[in-house]
Amino acid sequence: MSQPTAKPFLPHVLAFATGLVFGVGLLVAGMADPHKVLAFLNLAGPWDPSLAFVMGGAIGVAVFAFAYARKRATALLGDPIRLPTSRDITPRLILGSVAFGVGWGLAGFCPAPALVALGNGQPKAVVFVVAMLVGMAAFEWLESLSTARGTLNTSVNAVSPR
Amino acid sequence: MRRGRRVDWTHFTPWASLLGGILLGIATSLLILFNGRVLGVCGIVAGLLRPERGDTLWRVALIAGLVASPWLVRGLAVFQPTWFTIAAPQIDADWPVVAGAGIIVGVGTRYANGCTSGHGVCGLARLSPRSAIATVSFMAAGFLTVFLTQHVLHIA
Repeated sequence: MSQPTAKPFLPHVLAFATGLVFGVGLLVAGMADPHKVLAFLNLAGPWDPSLAFVMGGAIGVAVFAFAYARKRATALLGDPIRLPTSRDITPRLILGSVAFGVGWGLAGFCPAPALVALGNGQPKAVVFVVAMLVGMAAFEWLESLSTARGTLNTSVNAVSPR
Repeated sequence: MRRGRRVDWTHFTPWASLLGGILLGIATSLLILFNGRVLGVCGIVAGLLRPERGDTLWRVALIAGLVASPWLVRGLAVFQPTWFTIAAPQIDADWPVVAGAGIIVGVGTRYANGCTSGHGVCGLARLSPRSAIATVSFMAAGFLTVFLTQHVLHIA
């Protein structure tokens, strides 16, 4: 049915289209505007519930796609379907999410809307995205440190980079 | 600013936000069904910092799509009906706050392995308890942060 090797550029075209639709969705929903996001997080102020409608609309559609995807092994373009397998609820998950929530509440930006605002030519969005990349790089560095330490402690000679 | 828990009816956009949300759902569905990938934006970005052969170009393409989306909207502006306008974005936070928030968001989303799109949309749509915990955590932290900055410290 699908030919995975015949048209290797198709997944990239689809990824671009997906990003485009997602970005337009954020703009239409008003979510590329940090002020509107903060108006949702401001429960004690004049509250704007719009973000809940965005989440509801998105989940209401995606729930069917994921239910179907779970029954399949390969995607329609031939690549394997990669769904997250981790089910562990760890301190990392909760503390990481809390940290993200603090940053989200301070600037009103999360990663996707920041990239859309960057495309919109907003200098503060550029600063946010660069800082976010620095934060992500810091995480990679901290992880490599703890991996290296773990390797030394267990005195395993072969380091397996991820 | 008015006090009290009341809905800001003048800025509330239920239909536009629902429509936008449906577009997010369509994009998410396309990526999982055609490419077999979860549309978690921070994970897609972070994958570029640890590049693997054959796993880079689709990430670049998706990010390019996000970045290009305002241009598409601007191009379609001619057809926008008068009742439907996309408000000009407003970033209230000062420069140092924006930079600090960016760093925290970068580190936090990596430790949590997901953000609003990965846990909030995809995870909840997958009915994942792990993502539900993550979403509750970042929502609660967001609510608390805004309460502190706007109603206690008055710095935002």
